[in-house]
Amino acid sequence: MSVENPAERYLRSDRMPHIWCPGCGIGTTVNCFTRAIDESGIPMDRLAVVSGIGCTGRVAGYMHVDSFHTTHGRAIPFATGLKLAAPDMKVVVYSGDGDLFAIGGNHFIHAARRNLDMTVICVNNLTYGMTGGQLTPTTPEEAIASTSPYGNFEHPFNLPYLAESCGAVYVARWTTYHVTQMKKAMKEALLKKGFSFVEVISPCPTLYGRRNRLGDSLDEMKTYKTRSVIKNGADTKEVDLGMTGSIVVGKFVDRERATYQDAMEAFYSRKLGNRYVRASQ
Amino acid sequence: MHADPAGVLTGAHFIDGDHACCEGALAGGCRFVAGYPITPSTEVVERIALRFPEVGGVFIQMEDELASSIAIAGAVWGGKRAMTVTSGPGFSLMMEHIGFAIMTETPCVFVNVQRGGPSTGLPTLPAQADMMQARWGSHGDYELIAVCPNSPQECFDLTIKAFNLAEQYRVPVLVMMDECVGHMMERVIIPKPEEIEIFPRRWTNAPLDEYLPFEPGEDLVPDMARAGQGYRFHMTGLTHDEKGYPDMTVTGQARLLGRLIDKIKKNAAALTDVVEDQVDGAEAVVISYGITSRVAQKAVQAVRAKGRRVGSLRLRTAWPFPEHLIRDLATKVKVFIVPELNFGQMVREVERCAQGARVVSVPHAGGTVHDPAIIVQAITEALR
Repeated sequence: MSVENPAERYLRSDRMPHIWCPGCGIGTTVNCFTRAIDESGIPMDRLAVVSGIGCTGRVAGYMHVDSFHTTHGRAIPFATGLKLAAPDMKVVVYSGDGDLFAIGGNHFIHAARRNLDMTVICVNNLTYGMTGGQLTPTTPEEAIASTSPYGNFEHPFNLPYLAESCGAVYVARWTTYHVTQMKKAMKEALLKKGFSFVEVISPCPTLYGRRNRLGDSLDEMKTYKTRSVIKNGADTKEVDLGMTGSIVVGKFVDRERATYQDAMEAFYSRKLGNRYVRASQ
Repeated sequence: MHADPAGVLTGAHFIDGDHACCEGALAGGCRFVAGYPITPSTEVVERIALRFPEVGGVFIQMEDELASSIAIAGAVWGGKRAMTVTSGPGFSLMMEHIGFAIMTETPCVFVNVQRGGPSTGLPTLPAQADMMQARWGSHGDYELIAVCPNSPQECFDLTIKAFNLAEQYRVPVLVMMDECVGHMMERVIIPKPEEIEIFPRRWTNAPLDEYLPFEPGEDLVPDMARAGQGYRFHMTGLTHDEKGYPDMTVTGQARLLGRLIDKIKKNAAALTDVVEDQVDGAEAVVISYGITSRVAQKAVQAVRAKGRRVGSLRLRTAWPFPEHLIRDLATKVKVFIVPELNFGQMVREVERCAQGARVVSVPHAGGTVHDPAIIVQAITEALR
């Protein structure tokens, strides 16, 4: 008797094995994501996954839905065009910290400001994995990276605070240790109307963990377990991450605001009356 | 297929090239525009912003040109005909997504109302100095299509044509305007919708489980799906196979690039769009495009008045370059004269194809158009 893995129907099994290293957390997030889709009830044909470039940028290519592997940093503006052209699609941007917040940072803040109806999932492994472990905007102070060989002296982004300040209506953070909570947050984000953001702190044992003597992936799981503090509704100003100290996780923001498309349609209807023609699918 | 009447302002108008380009896009079926303000192209998107809510279009002013140039790709895969509009500095930022559109065979239109450069250069003044950037600006090898209108009427006509060619060949098509044609006001005739031919998207009708998104047809162009139809397709800017899956091998690269280049190159003759004037029997032929073609015309007339046999060849399609035409002409004329608002860009193509014939470049730094007397002098000296 064979039992199907519930994740399998959401994945392109003809593309396995995937490219990720042993111990990488991206696969764990994808596993949770497939279960979140399943529980959300969103039909697979109504779901599009858009990725940028990098290790997490490969997620789109493994998802058995309409999937788009775009350019470095530009998954969000691609998703913007896709969502505005095909409003009946649920559009998910799935990418990494370097892609979304260094080269793509400008697009993240504007998409959140506009409250575009999309979900952004950031696998934050604190480094550029694909290119060999360089510094990203989320690398903690003191951390060693290939381009900060003496340690990082730059101040990193606090992603939930950034997302909330820019206007995201749903903001949550979990680690790859918190698979149940992560799945639930992804499901809530998928079902939330507007710009929803889920940050997942994830290990990169090959390039970040080894350089910073964090042990193997199992050691990192133990670290996440000990360092994590669940604080739903925490003030996002206070959830920044360091090399040591607590990792505050939880659902931080869940609020309502008109989406870009709803605001646009209501506005033009009011200003133009019968002259306004809604875009057809 | 003909134009959707909702987007067509049939009648005679007195408008500038930027506004005419907007009307061309509307008539050509464009219903998604992403843009970022930049002189001298802004009037195109300003008119789009005004017109779109009444015709079911979506305009979004993005945060920069990188965003605009990939938002249109997203919209195309969502089912729309889409365009972005810019000038020099913005065009530089868009290069990566011209390459992305080529690699992913995303039919879309980029309008560049050229101004003086490099860098911020001359924001309000004309140049034609992005012609080689249009051809080679994105990294990697590729072929694309670029058209060069020389009047507001052609800004209308060639923008429609750009949308049609983009759909037919699944490539980005560049509308290479310049500040002069963008801002000059002239009579523009917009035909009836039923007189405007539209090349529709090449939608696939393959069964859901048999569709290969990058399997080409006989003309080397694959049929397209859009998000939400149930095909669950994948696309990537990586070198890929017919399924759209990464195939980063020597043979995969050769197969994909060979096809992307051949689908344009093998149709170069069909894509040739030139206006010839007294080329047969000419001793010299002036080759020009865009605003410079109108100045050149005056110069050609002046030299003809002195009894010399001078022909004129105007490029409406700059890329692919009409190589076969110039090679053929080179066996019949003594000299080609190539005036352009740059230090010699398209003239390099003419030199490449001229074989025995002489080629004279008439460069100009930009900021204004040539004094026709300079072109007259160049033709006269060339014929001496």
